[in-house]
Amino acid sequence: MEPSIIIIGIGNEYRGDDAAGLAVVQALKTQDLPPVRLIEGISDGMSLLICWDGASKIILVDAVSSGAEVGTIYRFDALAQPIPVGLSFCSTHAFGVAEALTLAHTLRQLPSTLIVYAIEGKNYASGAALSPEVEHAVQKVVAQVAQEVREWTDPAVYAA
Amino acid sequence: MKTKKIHVDPLARVEGEGVLYVKIRDGKLEDIKFKIIEPPRFFEVLLRGRMYTEAPDITARICGICPVAYQMSAVHAMENACGVVVDGQLRALRRLLYCGEWIESHVLHIFMLHAPDFLGYPDVMHLAQDYPEHVKRALKLKKAGNAIMSFIGGREIHPINVRVGGFYRVPTKQEFGPLVENLKWARDAALETVPWTAQLPFPDFESEYEFVALRHPDEYPFNEGRLVSSKGLDIPVSEYEEHFVEEHVPYSSALHSIHKGYGAYLTGPMARYNLNYEKLSPLAREAARSAGLGPTCLNPFKSIIIRSIEVLYAFDEALRIIEQYEIPEQPAVEVHPRVAIGYACTEAPRGTLYHRFQIDDEGRILNAKIVPPTSQNQKSIENDLWHYAARSIDLPEEQFLQQCEQTIRNYDPCISCATHFLKLHIDRA
Repeated sequence: MEPSIIIIGIGNEYRGDDAAGLAVVQALKTQDLPPVRLIEGISDGMSLLICWDGASKIILVDAVSSGAEVGTIYRFDALAQPIPVGLSFCSTHAFGVAEALTLAHTLRQLPSTLIVYAIEGKNYASGAALSPEVEHAVQKVVAQVAQEVREWTDPAVYAA
Repeated sequence: MKTKKIHVDPLARVEGEGVLYVKIRDGKLEDIKFKIIEPPRFFEVLLRGRMYTEAPDITARICGICPVAYQMSAVHAMENACGVVVDGQLRALRRLLYCGEWIESHVLHIFMLHAPDFLGYPDVMHLAQDYPEHVKRALKLKKAGNAIMSFIGGREIHPINVRVGGFYRVPTKQEFGPLVENLKWARDAALETVPWTAQLPFPDFESEYEFVALRHPDEYPFNEGRLVSSKGLDIPVSEYEEHFVEEHVPYSSALHSIHKGYGAYLTGPMARYNLNYEKLSPLAREAARSAGLGPTCLNPFKSIIIRSIEVLYAFDEALRIIEQYEIPEQPAVEVHPRVAIGYACTEAPRGTLYHRFQIDDEGRILNAKIVPPTSQNQKSIENDLWHYAARSIDLPEEQFLQQCEQTIRNYDPCISCATHFLKLHIDRA
């Protein structure tokens, strides 16, 4: 049976810190996790909506540009709160994460749980590697996401 | 003398970025330039020295929305160079893969990029508030197109299963089962989309175009055929460069393409439709008729209807191919490189995509030429803006800009392909 937890890493692997979300998902593949579906390589909002169709719990991981210190980690519940003003999801397309969330809300296609992790990036140049601060943040987010997913699956066993 | 300049920066709802410059003097349209300022990406150069087998995967990186088009033009050009024809079920699978790409590209354009213009919405999110069921259906249609692409191509973006000679792996007939059910639903849903696009409010505007597209004796064109035009051109693809030439324009880093002796021309769904209408499936032709379209359509705004007809045709054709599918003996035919020049045109969602490669005896690429459809349409876009915008310059600026943008979106420009960045600047005085 298809797991109904999906973790989606958003970004472009060739654009420096924009790969942060992908790096998180790639690292999650090596973790011991309950059944989840890991998706990476989504970089536009419409594909997001299509791929999360049917899931009940979703975690999105993406890079953002908000002016905060590089490597800052944001976590927010996209169903409980609007996206903070000034938190701009970097998108190389016209239709990014924020737009996808708005559209999903209008279409009533939001899952029952939608958590967004965002990592503050600084260098989005073509061909660049992740900034060291972002690399560090990626590792932290991997641990946090893994723990969260375990708690969803079996709170009795996994709650810290 | 009053000169007014208006800039729209950036232009929304196109793939990639670009600049449009409009100059109005004393209430008259004086100049329109479609400016491309993004630096060229030198794909034709970086292909040199690469093996012929690498061409499909390298050129696919030119564009994330139409990678199949690049792969198809590349493999056909290389096979042309090596004297190989891929026929039978492998040929059919290639058409099937292309159906997937037409679907997902056209559906995205119709609903997310173009329809908002006609209904006065700034974006699809606002359109979805009033038309939620239509947008939901569009997402499912796009998903069905993506499903074809990942099923045949191995991956939705930059398919990995395509190679010179065929594929790395071909499916069994049984494996198609789940896909078929989804496609049948999608074909019905696509049939409902046509009348919806047909009842959108259309400006009363027509133009004389030279339409250019492939034409094949038996089928609506994807990968094969002669290159024809509505002004009598009828040539093998190998003669493309004798008839079409690219010229530099001083204000743009992209080249403008013209038909020698004729000028601007138009490629894409409207061109395909006008030149190949009778090759559409009966279902698609009937949908066109019900939508009030005959074999000819000269209103560029109605390209949205034609895209919806092509989406319907693509689902119809996909189901036909799957129904007749038998697994081929080999996933690919043998190809041996030789000293040669190879040519191909295939019909990308946005129009004819030309590839030409020269290879040596080992199959190393010596030089390459790639002409994407959006480059070829640039002059027609400017012409349409001249004729259409000229009528609207007395409108309030916001409305005028909206109409210019909508005119550009008629062409569904893929500016990444044409290495273009679109913003709108209007000089008005």
